[in-house]
Amino acid sequence: MANMISDETIDYVGILAKLDLSGEQKEQAKKDMGRMLDYIDKLNELDTEGVEPMSHVFPVSNVFREDVVTNGDDRANTIQNAPKEKDGMFMVPRTVE
Amino acid sequence: MDILKLTAVELAARIKAKEVTVLEAVEAVLGQIEKKEEELHCYVTVDREGAIKRAGEVQKAIDEGALTGPLAGVPVAVKDNMCTKDMLTTCSSKILNNFIPTFSAEAVIRLEEAGAVILGKTNMDEFAMGSTTETSAYGVTKNPWNIEHVPGGSSGGSAAAVVAEECFFALGSDTGGSIRQPASFCGVVGMKPTYGTVSRYGLIAYGSSLDQIGPLTKDVTDCAAILEVISSHDTKDSTSVERQDTDFTKALVDDVAGMKIGIPRDYFSSGIEPEVKEAVLAAANLLKEKGAIVEEFDLSLVEYAIPAYYTIAAAEASSNLERFDGVKYGYRTKESEGLHDMYKKTRSEGFGEEVKRRIMLGSFVLSSGYYDAYYLKALKVKALIKKAFDEAFEKYDVILGPVAPTTAPKLGSSLSDPIKMYLGDIYTISVNLAGLPGISIPCGMDKAGLPIGLQLIGNSFQEKKLIQTAYAYEQARGAFVKKEGN
Amino acid sequence: MAKEYETVIGLEVHVELATKTKIFCGCSTAFGGAPNTHTCPVCTGMPGSLPVLNKQVVEYAIAVGLATNCSITQYCKFDRKNYFYPDNPQNYQISQLYLPICRNGGVEIETEEGKKQVGIHEIHMEEDAGKLIHDEWEDCSLVDYNRSGVPLIEIVSEPDMRSAEEVIAYLEKLRLIIQYLGASDCKLQEGSMRADVNLSVREKGAKEFGTRTEMKNLNSFKAIARAIEGERTRQIELLEEGKPVIQETRRWDDSKEYSYAMRSKEDAQDYRYFPDPDLVPVQISDEWLAEIRERQPEFRTEKMKRYKEEYGIPEYDIEIITNSKHLADLFEATVAICRQPKKVSNWLMVETMRLLKERDMEPEDIRFSPENLAKLIALTDSRAINSTVAKEVFEVMFDKDMDPEAYVEEKGLKTVNDEGALRKTVEEIVAANPQSVEDYHNGKQKAIGFLVGQTMKAMQGKADPAAVNKLLKEMLEG
Repeated sequence: MANMISDETIDYVGILAKLDLSGEQKEQAKKDMGRMLDYIDKLNELDTEGVEPMSHVFPVSNVFREDVVTNGDDRANTIQNAPKEKDGMFMVPRTVE
Repeated sequence: MDILKLTAVELAARIKAKEVTVLEAVEAVLGQIEKKEEELHCYVTVDREGAIKRAGEVQKAIDEGALTGPLAGVPVAVKDNMCTKDMLTTCSSKILNNFIPTFSAEAVIRLEEAGAVILGKTNMDEFAMGSTTETSAYGVTKNPWNIEHVPGGSSGGSAAAVVAEECFFALGSDTGGSIRQPASFCGVVGMKPTYGTVSRYGLIAYGSSLDQIGPLTKDVTDCAAILEVISSHDTKDSTSVERQDTDFTKALVDDVAGMKIGIPRDYFSSGIEPEVKEAVLAAANLLKEKGAIVEEFDLSLVEYAIPAYYTIAAAEASSNLERFDGVKYGYRTKESEGLHDMYKKTRSEGFGEEVKRRIMLGSFVLSSGYYDAYYLKALKVKALIKKAFDEAFEKYDVILGPVAPTTAPKLGSSLSDPIKMYLGDIYTISVNLAGLPGISIPCGMDKAGLPIGLQLIGNSFQEKKLIQTAYAYEQARGAFVKKEGN
Repeated sequence: MAKEYETVIGLEVHVELATKTKIFCGCSTAFGGAPNTHTCPVCTGMPGSLPVLNKQVVEYAIAVGLATNCSITQYCKFDRKNYFYPDNPQNYQISQLYLPICRNGGVEIETEEGKKQVGIHEIHMEEDAGKLIHDEWEDCSLVDYNRSGVPLIEIVSEPDMRSAEEVIAYLEKLRLIIQYLGASDCKLQEGSMRADVNLSVREKGAKEFGTRTEMKNLNSFKAIARAIEGERTRQIELLEEGKPVIQETRRWDDSKEYSYAMRSKEDAQDYRYFPDPDLVPVQISDEWLAEIRERQPEFRTEKMKRYKEEYGIPEYDIEIITNSKHLADLFEATVAICRQPKKVSNWLMVETMRLLKERDMEPEDIRFSPENLAKLIALTDSRAINSTVAKEVFEVMFDKDMDPEAYVEEKGLKTVNDEGALRKTVEEIVAANPQSVEDYHNGKQKAIGFLVGQTMKAMQGKADPAAVNKLLKEMLEG
């Protein structure tokens, strides 16, 4: 395997993606990601010099809304699925110490 | 008359002619669900009461002449990644185990306005990540042709429900082949339209630049009729395309004389099962006999589509799935110490292995120092692939090939080796990268009695050519019916 | 000899745009709604929702870019900035990294050493976050998404500033330009204008920049000035002790006058920007640009020149009046009605400024209408009320914006112009104050002032003091 994923890398990706991996899962994840990256490295066989990266397949642009209020009070719907709620707001663990 | 044997368009005609009531149709299909679900598990949610109640309302509207369309009164199943107002929508994930949307997806609204009756939500690979419907948090769906095999995925529940007559048609979504491949494995018709044809509003995103909703149906006629109903220019979806030519049923013409069909040699080079190859080439011959001009050509870049796809889809997915964090909806871990611990536990407990695998890959390819090497590189390869198709469509009206290199694999045989599983997407994935329409129709069976799918790929916005070719082929092929007990 | 240090400062200024709706949905941007009442699936990150760009946001951003001499990126895109925080419902913020809408501009500021150019690196469009409220009782935080999705532009300066004074001059300049455009009210206290300060120090004459820190949570000019001083001192102390400055984000605590590192091991600061696949590019044609350019308002410099030529009011007045778009608008609208620029300017410069100061208000908070100010001026012109009464009426008008004509009528404040009644009162006052009359005749001119005052008092202030004075003189001389 050309791409060796280190513990540090997997831990770092865990922080970015907010995923907690157990020891065993971590080893598997390192292996899987290494293999996938080896496979993705195949793209380097292609010369893409001067090729414009394509985000959208069609050249559509300028899709706008007019600045007109169309929504009313939708609070009941907004918080309907909240796992924890208080006073019409979403309750989360403290964000500052 | 066996109601369940009718196609969607046939059923609507019978309802219109007052030969069948909407309630009879709904009850027939609910009966079939009752009979088959324990074995097949096509659905995550079946809304019996809702469907029966809705049957009455639709019948009334039909009787009053308010509903006259070709889907009025037809029971439909919807893949569980499309929001349905007041109906559980899980994406087959634990992280949405209690999520009740407050609005419906635009495609679902279109169906409801046309008088379709929503039966429930079909099982899928978790967040549409997979090709077998085995990554669902709510159990696997089995292939109705042989329950030891997978139905394909990610829209496996939708495809299986159609062939098992647990609905008259279904909606699926296709990011890398997720409609066409299960359609192929289950012996039904499935179509991914041109990107932007069906609104993505209310479709819970996997890879936003690749996702499209499309129909899974019993035949090509249903496929055209349903696509006509669900396609729309939606101002709520910035990537929705305004197009005039969505009268797809007009293309149901049994004529391929002069149609130029190209077969990519690269699709038959390696990894394809001989039986699949034979069946697909036989289908090509049939079209040739009907007057189509069929020739082989080199499409090129075929083997680069999968790595480019997995880079782009994983990157987009890693971002799209960030919103599932236990704050606003869905699952939240029971015990946690502080905010970030809550995030990590919620997501680690809420997502399955394949989803985590792709989120991690996606986070990595976008991370500082790797963006250019992986993500931008993949977007450049995507541009090259699009160009290769553009060149092909200068010569051909339609590209013909297999949907998948094999028929449906056995349950439990795919997930152990992700890359091998990803390789199964080789013929479908580039169609998503290039935003093209593609259709899968049954073209034969292997020795084990499992269906084989034929894929037709069209240029952007050329669904009509696909429908016409598929329809002509279907007429020549004759009925493709799953026999009871098969 | 102690080393001399130079402070190098760059600013990231966030400005909330004055659109009616949010950047990607049709929710209202109005302040003051109950929590989560201005929300919808889009601005709360509901699964399946999709953003659609508010055109007015693009127009405002272009207008600000043109007014700050930027080049406009005619093909621009939105990118996702990925980070987890509860005020950010999707856990990514839609912003612009790769192709921001404006680049390479700058504004001129006035410093003690004269004029100076501050470069603008870029301006980009993005969405605001929601609000977190800390609940001490439950020991948790509560999230309100009313502000989530409110459109912002972020104006990123070059590291061209060297002192708190320059920073404030730059912010004042930006604020004025944006207010003139009507693109935002730019109130620091209310958060519609927010500044993050990037600061580093280096030895005087050094070519390389030092390591910078970013300070957040600065919500007044005073806090900004204190934070700059505090952070400069902190960094110099580190360098003097031979310790490195760490590149980090710090939170300024204005009450303690100290900044704290906002570090966390869960905070990787790796935002994984990539083009948002849900939004299509924005293409700004030459025609569109020309249209916006055409609509640009008269800015301060042009206005000052015009005021001088057109109204002939003192330069100092022009300076003050044009320093607030609202004040300038009020001035022009009132002059348009009453055609008396000097009088209007006087009311604004003297009484208005006094009351603003007394009530701790900004010129933007002025509520009285040009119509009512014009009416008040007409009342004094026609001598219907005297200047003392006028000032009293103005104060009420300043607070309540009522019609001064009706008010004067209702309260019976009109000057008594009845010669007979006035003469009778004057006669009574003269008769009642023989000592003052004698003093006047003995050459004490001041005594007449006392008699005028007594007359005014007897008339409950409703007399014209000039007329009283004239009558008294006639009577005493005669």
